[in-house]
Amino acid sequence: MASKIVSFISGIIFGVGLSVSNMINPEKVLGFLDIFGLWDPSLIFVMMGAIIISAPAFFLFRSKNKPLFADNFTMPTLKSIDKNLIIGSSIFGVGWGMAGFCPGPAISSLALLNTYSVYFVLSLLGGFLLTEFVNRIIIRR
Amino acid sequence: MNIVNFTPQSAFLGGIIIGFAVIIFFIGNGRLAGVSGIVNAALVSKQNRTDNLLFIIGLVLGPIFYVFFTKIDIPFLITSSLPIIITAGFLVGIGTKIGRGCTSGHGICGISLLSVRSIIATIIFMITAIITVKLIG
Repeated sequence: MASKIVSFISGIIFGVGLSVSNMINPEKVLGFLDIFGLWDPSLIFVMMGAIIISAPAFFLFRSKNKPLFADNFTMPTLKSIDKNLIIGSSIFGVGWGMAGFCPGPAISSLALLNTYSVYFVLSLLGGFLLTEFVNRIIIRR
Repeated sequence: MNIVNFTPQSAFLGGIIIGFAVIIFFIGNGRLAGVSGIVNAALVSKQNRTDNLLFIIGLVLGPIFYVFFTKIDIPFLITSSLPIIITAGFLVGIGTKIGRGCTSGHGICGISLLSVRSIIATIIFMITAIITVKLIG
């Protein structure tokens, strides 16, 4: 039960942060990516603000043996720079640059009842499902 | 290069708030708040599904609470056409799943953990996004 509350609260706070920083707004994000035109550096400050808080907390709590409401920390297992990381991140960047939406802000923006946000999120889910489907076919071979 | 619409204070404050969301999720549940990973897991895996769905619902409620309590309207503008939005959504889904992370997972959590994978991923998606904006913007 406690872990459910933590998940819910974390999501809310994350959504508030995206609203305060206006990263929920694709126009704001596209302004950041338009380095060669009219540039809005705000996104760098969002990342710095988040990293300044989370980096020391990760450093301090990672060595503890247990999180408060789970049996252990779930950390990424992959360590090497592989083809998937490079190809996937490249594809993600192209999609991000096309519309100015990445997953967090896109989901949060559903609150603003814009139909284009809904279409984006449905396509995002479609992309996940398509990749999952292809992965399963490859694994089955 | 011309700098416009720069809002360093609200950006930094918003970032700090996101940082707190990340550490609460980490210290409480031992997980990284990478949104693409959470949404993907909610879709394809039964493990932690309720947690993941609650995080996602919270993410949508965040802006509603913000507007309710501050009475400040959130500036929001989409100028892309519908075909661009749909294509972009698919590419973001496919790319973050293959690359195992997005702006939050690699860009915030991964960099905070000094993960070389995440630092490389962030540099790559920033570069391809900037090139995309340059080409279609």
